[in-house]
Amino acid sequence: MKKKPLSKTSEWTFELIQKYNTEIARVAAGYHLDTYPNQIEIITAEQMMDAYSYVGMPVGYGHWSFGKQFLSVEQRYRRGQMGLAYEIVINSNPCIAYLMEENTMMMQALVIAHAAYGHNSFFKGNYLFRTWTDAESIIDYLLFAKNYVAECEQRYGADAVEEILDSCHALMNYGVDRYKRPGRISLHQEQQRHKEREDYLQSRINDLWRTLPVKDRRADTHEEAHFPAEPQENLLYFIEKNAPLLEPWQRELVRITRKMAQYFYPQRQTQVMNEGWATFWHYTLLNTLYDEGLLTDGFMVEFLQSHTNVIHQPPYTSKYYSGINPYALGFAMMSDIRRICEKPTEEDRRWFPNLVDTDWIKSLDFAMRNFKDESFVAQYLSPKLIRDLKLFAVLDDDADNELEISAIHDDRGYQHIRQTLADHYNLGNREPNIQVFNVNRRGDRSLTLRHMQHNRHPLHEDTEQVLKHLMRLWGFTVRMETVYEDGTVELTHECRKED
Amino acid sequence: MKSARTNRVGEQIIDRRLNGKNKSAVNRQKFIQRFKGQIKKAVTEAMSGRSITDLDRGEKINIPAKDISEPVFGHGRGGKREGIHPGNTDFVSGDRISRPSGGGGSGGKASNSGEGEDDFSFELSRDEFLDIFFEDLELPDLIKTQLARQVQYKTVRAGFTSTGTPSNLNIVRSMKSSLSRRIATRTPYARKLHEAEQALEAALLLESPTAPRIMALQEEIRKLKSRIRTIPFIDTFDLKYNNRIKQPKPTTQAVMFCLMDVSGSMDEGKKDMAKRFFTLLYLFLTRSYEKIDLVFIRHHTVAKEVDEEEFFYSRETGGTVVSSALQMMYDIVKERYPSSEWNIYGAQASDGDNWTDDSPICRDVLINAIMPCVQYYAYVEITEEGHQGLWREYLAVKRACANFAMQHITGPADIYPVFRKLFQKKLA
Repeated sequence: MKKKPLSKTSEWTFELIQKYNTEIARVAAGYHLDTYPNQIEIITAEQMMDAYSYVGMPVGYGHWSFGKQFLSVEQRYRRGQMGLAYEIVINSNPCIAYLMEENTMMMQALVIAHAAYGHNSFFKGNYLFRTWTDAESIIDYLLFAKNYVAECEQRYGADAVEEILDSCHALMNYGVDRYKRPGRISLHQEQQRHKEREDYLQSRINDLWRTLPVKDRRADTHEEAHFPAEPQENLLYFIEKNAPLLEPWQRELVRITRKMAQYFYPQRQTQVMNEGWATFWHYTLLNTLYDEGLLTDGFMVEFLQSHTNVIHQPPYTSKYYSGINPYALGFAMMSDIRRICEKPTEEDRRWFPNLVDTDWIKSLDFAMRNFKDESFVAQYLSPKLIRDLKLFAVLDDDADNELEISAIHDDRGYQHIRQTLADHYNLGNREPNIQVFNVNRRGDRSLTLRHMQHNRHPLHEDTEQVLKHLMRLWGFTVRMETVYEDGTVELTHECRKED
Repeated sequence: MKSARTNRVGEQIIDRRLNGKNKSAVNRQKFIQRFKGQIKKAVTEAMSGRSITDLDRGEKINIPAKDISEPVFGHGRGGKREGIHPGNTDFVSGDRISRPSGGGGSGGKASNSGEGEDDFSFELSRDEFLDIFFEDLELPDLIKTQLARQVQYKTVRAGFTSTGTPSNLNIVRSMKSSLSRRIATRTPYARKLHEAEQALEAALLLESPTAPRIMALQEEIRKLKSRIRTIPFIDTFDLKYNNRIKQPKPTTQAVMFCLMDVSGSMDEGKKDMAKRFFTLLYLFLTRSYEKIDLVFIRHHTVAKEVDEEEFFYSRETGGTVVSSALQMMYDIVKERYPSSEWNIYGAQASDGDNWTDDSPICRDVLINAIMPCVQYYAYVEITEEGHQGLWREYLAVKRACANFAMQHITGPADIYPVFRKLFQKKLA
């Protein structure tokens, strides 16, 4: 039985938004989408620009980089070089979704389905978000951070605060714990204690030698216990806990930026999945409403046009090509999982024996909860999709004058393409692997970082600048060593503290 | 704020449109503060490139992107990379293709922002632009500032009120309102009286004067007449008083005299430079004083007070007698701008040409008449040649008077520094 359409014009009103929201919520519940409560806010374009410049957050601490962000958004928007996103959604409880007042009714409905039910359920369900972010307290924390920074500016001067924040921002990508390993940390502590006991014994022994002339003190210090005992990947955490000269308030600022980095870390790792999931659901939810007769044909035509724009993937030959569109890939993969569950081919049965003939809602939900982009692609990218998108792999080795097509969408290439694309989404590969290696505790207190080179990728020219920031926080000389793949180590950068 | 709830608990739709929208203003200021050096440089460059008459707007500022980049660790070019791309048409595995000349197109983060090398550009608003432009500038020796800061009031008339002191009674207004009140309150009785009188007239034709109806009518007429009589001629309600309110007197008032030589030797280029100099001074004064009067005096052999339009744009030629303008300025000051009430500023632009015998006169007029009553007097000489008699005489003035400044400018690029030097903030 067909129902009456909810609305016929493109004008929205609060009553209509509420009606649409109620219907979308009903259908979403039918698909077992589990969401935080929604708080849908209507805002103006200017407010959207404000939200943009705070990386989408409703509040943030003051820093010039947000001003820079704002100016560039404003400039491009005014000149018509970019449209504003139709929505911004915040991983918080309740989940805040911004709708722009300029949107048509169709767009508001699309955004509600996309953000308030798609992203929202992803935030609530995905393991990375569950592990690393606290939706309950983020807004409060942002508010705390804002006030704390303002207070520090009052007390210690805006310049002093800005200096620290600048330095922290430079290291923000290295302010995250990539792996949570509480078990191993206790083991580590165990080893630490063991080592301390050992060191104590050793020191008694060394005492015997104290009266002997020391030939080379440097060699001696080298023998000392390494600190940190194991390389540390979270540079900001290391700074916060160990930098010798930082004032307590400065440590707190380091902590604030570190927390922010950690909060955004899951988003950086789940772009394809998150957008794919949200896009899949706005498409599915609105189509369901259309099938029930709640949406008009005109609404659907307008909707499909927007939807098609969002998931458009220009081929590599196009001048609009700028890499793989995460919306396109994500949506295609989510839809493909449903297809494999519902109408598997012979090929699918070979590739996805665990997926075929299962309940697609449950399988998709499982995929959403337990993967990040890297593993999601490695697990679910199907040969059919590789053929549909005509994916191919290009090997670019600077030791070779030419590029090589290492795989295309054929039997020999599927696995290779799948793995290469998965690697592409591995943040660990995209960002240099840099860890705290050693602190010279007895000597000049210098800090040594180690860059583990991968595929011979060098560090780019900003490195020197970033080390200066690191030195500002650490307070003493900072060095960067590069560990090549053959195991040799070279001192590549040094930022000396001037006495 | 409008808010509504749906049937699901906790779901809500909120209208935030009326909430503040300038959340980013603070960070915008921080940004401008942080890159003040670069922005100032851009502003200075913009100044030399654009006409002074449209100084009064914002400016697009370009800053080299590398100056404001936020460095992070990242990979540089080189090494081995493998990228996945969509839309294969005719490649097969093992194909070898030459490296695209653009480079960096494949994988990695070679170009994650398309505007890497470009300048960072944004609009400064007019106020921001001027603030930077005028930074550190302050009028010298603002002797009268402290006096001026105390707000002085003067009473001005502001309509009428119904309460007040008898001395402020406005008789015309009061009588007008009395009259209208009387007309308004009398009208109903007057109409009835008129009707009764007509009825009486008609009745008298038919009935005897003693008939009860006649008597009744006569009684009514008598009553109505007495009613009308009892309407007071003037009522407290009618009284209107002149209203006087106190208005803050714009005491930070200044008058700026612009003196310019428009003789034949001042060509268009020189006039243009002079124009810029005045305009800058004026714009600066508008920011420091609530009220500024401008007096434009142009001169060749005779001086003439003109309006702004004519001052800057009309053409005239002739010889040069500078003292005529100085004398006129002094006369105007005496006549219209007593120095007890006005901060007086003089700005003079000339190419240094003067009738030789006139220069000593100029010196005397300045030292004896003008300098004692002005806050500051600035003279710019726009010439590419050597100085002439006027400059030497003015040097004497400079030695004699601390509030006299003179500068020599040779090209448009000199104007801004000159201006700054003239009005540099003096440290107390």
